[in-house]
Amino acid sequence: MIKRLLAGAAAIGAIGGLGFLYYAWYPPIEPVEAPDPGSFSAEQIERGRIVAAEGYCAECHTRTDGSGGPELAGDYKMETPFGAIYSSNITPDLETGIGNWSEEAFQRAMHLGVSRKGVHLIPAFPFDHFTKMTEQDVSDLYAYLMTRPAVHMTHRTNELPFPLSLRILQAGWKLLYFTPGVYKPDPRHDALWNRGAYLSEGNAHCGACHTPRDFMGAEKKSAPYDGAVVDNWIAPPLNEHNPTPTTWTEDELFQYLRFGVAPLHGPAGGPMSPVPHRFLSTVPEEDVHAIAHYFADVDHAAEREKHDKAALALAMEQSKTDLIGPSVDPDAKLYQGACAACHYNAAPSPVLGRPDLALNNALWLSEPTNLYQVILHGLTAEEGQTGVAMPSFYNALSDQDMARIAGYLRRTRTTLPPWTDLEKKAAAVRKTITTIPVNSSH
Amino acid sequence: MVKFKLNGRDVSVDVPDDTPLLWALRDDLDLTGTKFGCGVGQCGACTVLVGGRATRSCITPLSSLEGADVTTIEGLDPNGKHAVQEAWKDIQVPQCGYCQSGQIMQAVSLLKDYPDPTDEEIDGVMGGSLCRCMTYVRIRKAIKKAAAALRKEEPSNG
Repeated sequence: MIKRLLAGAAAIGAIGGLGFLYYAWYPPIEPVEAPDPGSFSAEQIERGRIVAAEGYCAECHTRTDGSGGPELAGDYKMETPFGAIYSSNITPDLETGIGNWSEEAFQRAMHLGVSRKGVHLIPAFPFDHFTKMTEQDVSDLYAYLMTRPAVHMTHRTNELPFPLSLRILQAGWKLLYFTPGVYKPDPRHDALWNRGAYLSEGNAHCGACHTPRDFMGAEKKSAPYDGAVVDNWIAPPLNEHNPTPTTWTEDELFQYLRFGVAPLHGPAGGPMSPVPHRFLSTVPEEDVHAIAHYFADVDHAAEREKHDKAALALAMEQSKTDLIGPSVDPDAKLYQGACAACHYNAAPSPVLGRPDLALNNALWLSEPTNLYQVILHGLTAEEGQTGVAMPSFYNALSDQDMARIAGYLRRTRTTLPPWTDLEKKAAAVRKTITTIPVNSSH
Repeated sequence: MVKFKLNGRDVSVDVPDDTPLLWALRDDLDLTGTKFGCGVGQCGACTVLVGGRATRSCITPLSSLEGADVTTIEGLDPNGKHAVQEAWKDIQVPQCGYCQSGQIMQAVSLLKDYPDPTDEEIDGVMGGSLCRCMTYVRIRKAIKKAAAALRKEEPSNG
């Protein structure tokens, strides 16, 4: 009896294993000669440029550490909880890039996360989003990439530990988490909403940063757009849990995504800055409107914006707290000396270029991470609001100073409970900065 | 190599990326009107305009200004007769004068945002610009005088 049971279990195991292998196995697709750039029409290449911009391909496929690297040639270092991985070269170089990939191979990689050789790609490449793209968009993207300059460059070796380094296991991940399939329009919504959803859920892969991930690194389907920590910054919630006092309305979202600054929220900083400046400022305006329209629905702007007037009035009142009269609060004095000259605002609403901290995401998030990042880094003239810069306080403020400013602002400009361990967290964020922005010892 | 606009002309400066703007202005571009005060962005003496907004040049990395438009005290007006400078002269604001170019640049940006500033708005924006000679009362008076003059110049902004 026991023997028969064991034999049965073994048989089921074997069938399961074979089934898994069948599921996991993809044949290699024959290499091709790099397609003649002249075989793609100018219109298709231009459409592909837009698709590439809306998917931020160059952001993760261009090396940024060290002295950087050529665009799209890969070797971008991506820190994951499982170890660092390095992106691949997607220029049409025959040996080190995707020059010998047929369009069929490229379609398969985008839609199923499998390389030309039949190897499962690591989901740091967000094929779980790209699978939603239409065949036409992927085809246009192929035309764009195949007409870029070929760069001969290999990437550094991934630092994933065994057994995660076994690519066959990625198939198990897919079995658990991956639903292939092109985006299906939701008939309850209009064309603009569906265009926004198609872009955001697919090519623009917003959830890759703004949706928290589980222990297997998969986006939590139960908490879409609930916010997450990425590259030592907080990617804020994009849903109704976004904590800012004024609503991310369609217009605020559009201004932010198109120009890098939302009048009632502030500028795009850190890893978000390239999204408007490098990419979404270069695509058709209607697409940015569509994304803004979609997220105004995701964050329930219509129900929430009725509170905006009161929230704005309160923020303007808070903005001048302690800055007038014979202030005795030493934290307020510190804030006044270091920050208020640029951040002070008077009613009725903030001046563009004076980001009001009482309205800014950074003060209302669960942790002071983003506030500290911006204080330490500052913002370049190319980030946030174009042409305006914020200095780097890396050498100007100690961890203790930053903790005092953070505690003071949270206390006087939000209605939320205080942050804890502020000095320790300031030191921790400081530690993540490897290139000190400003050095007065020259 | 960082390229930006300085007082209306294109300049490029070849210094390490983390060099503060103030260093480049004074040492490489020979514009010494902007002063070094505290070196840590807490006194306002080094204030210049970046994209029209008051910015502490001592802690702003030059590399962050690629393509930006920088104005120093020297570039405020070709004849040194910007309304704020005129008001400063009329009221004889400076005593030792060291902080004053920073004060003037901060005041210019204040008046852009608040063309008719209240005392509260002046304190809110100018509070980070320190003056050891305590010229604050005259600074406030000069700001109001300049504001009135500017409003007369550009009534639409008044």
